[in-house]
Amino acid sequence: MSNLQLTAEGKLKHFLTIEGLSKNILTEILDTAESFVGNADQQIKKVPLLRGKTIVNLFFENSTRTRTTFELAAKRLSADVLSMSIATSSTSKGESLLDTIRNLEAMFVDMFVVRHAISGAAHFIAQQTAPHISVINAGDGQHAHPTQAMLDMFTIRQFKKDFSNLRVAIIGDILHSRVARSQIQALNTLGVAEVRVIAPKTLLPAHVETLGVSVSHNLTEGLQDIDVIIMLRLQRERMTSALLPSESEYFKCFGLTESKLKIAKPDAIVMHPGPINRGVEIDSKVADGAQSVILKQVSNGIAVRMAIMSMAMQPQGVY
Amino acid sequence: MSLENLEINPLINQLESSLKQVILERNLVNPLMIGIRTGGVWIAEALHQRLNISEPLGLLDISFYRDDFSQMGMHPNVKPSQLPPHIEGCDLILVDDVFHTGRTIRAALNEIFDYGRPNQVVLAVLIERDGKQIPISPDCVGTKIKLNPNQRIKLTGPAPLTIQLIEADVVSSKS
Repeated sequence: MSNLQLTAEGKLKHFLTIEGLSKNILTEILDTAESFVGNADQQIKKVPLLRGKTIVNLFFENSTRTRTTFELAAKRLSADVLSMSIATSSTSKGESLLDTIRNLEAMFVDMFVVRHAISGAAHFIAQQTAPHISVINAGDGQHAHPTQAMLDMFTIRQFKKDFSNLRVAIIGDILHSRVARSQIQALNTLGVAEVRVIAPKTLLPAHVETLGVSVSHNLTEGLQDIDVIIMLRLQRERMTSALLPSESEYFKCFGLTESKLKIAKPDAIVMHPGPINRGVEIDSKVADGAQSVILKQVSNGIAVRMAIMSMAMQPQGVY
Repeated sequence: MSLENLEINPLINQLESSLKQVILERNLVNPLMIGIRTGGVWIAEALHQRLNISEPLGLLDISFYRDDFSQMGMHPNVKPSQLPPHIEGCDLILVDDVFHTGRTIRAALNEIFDYGRPNQVVLAVLIERDGKQIPISPDCVGTKIKLNPNQRIKLTGPAPLTIQLIEADVVSSKS
């Protein structure tokens, strides 16, 4: 299944999930992204790599940061980009996903960037679409959000240089988080010393240990020896049952405050994929504090998405 | 010049004196020097020292500006370019090891102009070989040579810096 992402020569063709991708490919993405960071210093913030290519952002689910950074990344690669928000499209008139794809293919597009509330939507499109088209998963249901995971890996490497000795804590709503799943896979592939998930039992998937993580249900204990803290948003919109007593109760037990942050290593960095619920999972003083790299993550998102898009658009042997 | 005995030092000497003359003729003021990765950077490092240029050497990786992305894909070892922040209005000396088709220089100029509009650009190359495909030529050269289509020049470095003539069945048109 994951081989769908690679060409016969082992090059990236689609980017759907971290699962099944080697350490070499992940490292190549990070290295390539490194060279795109300087693009922001150019007077003309563009490189001509994808000139003449057409990229369609298909967002079946709301997004601000991800859609904007994908759009900017495509534009800085000189591609023509079209962002479709599905509330205004034919899908709301009853057109099937496949028909939408077939129609866009008929307009000679080269890449789909897909966000969908159903897990596997991007895989489905990658299987069905014409062979010259690349598909990038911008988040599917609770399954995967691989570009977010890669920009997080990029940010970690920027501050910590080497993955091998790192202890990384992922804190909060793991159950509903596609970001956490992709992060765990990426961190383990890149070979960190430990991935620790910290959450109440109700917000952890069953058998979470099988993902290759250690588990803690106590923030004060769990933060010890930690180099990288990744906070997750409490996804109230995906909660269909009463998993938590209240937001204030959650903040008391699992919210990251200045005093809790002191338990981690003194040079620990604080990350959050956004959007932030201030005062729910993270205190404003921490989110805006000296150890926070949250806005750095946003900037890095452009360079990492430029790297992934250009790598997937390399010649695929179908011309 | 015998192709088998390419000595690098006389070529750098020749390039240096040719460059000094062009700096005078074209009246370059506090020029910035930029080397094209990888071989061009090694030559530029030598020239930068010999000409006593005060501004730090700029490094250019043209991978994102190549015109063969749709045939060849991404260069696997792309590195960030490090250009000085004040290209606008400056006099530049662009340095490469081998001038062949001219396409590398086209890509380099495109990248430089995305950082700003220089006042003038002088192109200095160690070796100009035949095979030009676009209307770009170097201003200063260490030497000019004619090669068979299956021959190419390979620079190894940074220390010691040596040049070799390589014969291959398939030759890419990189330079």
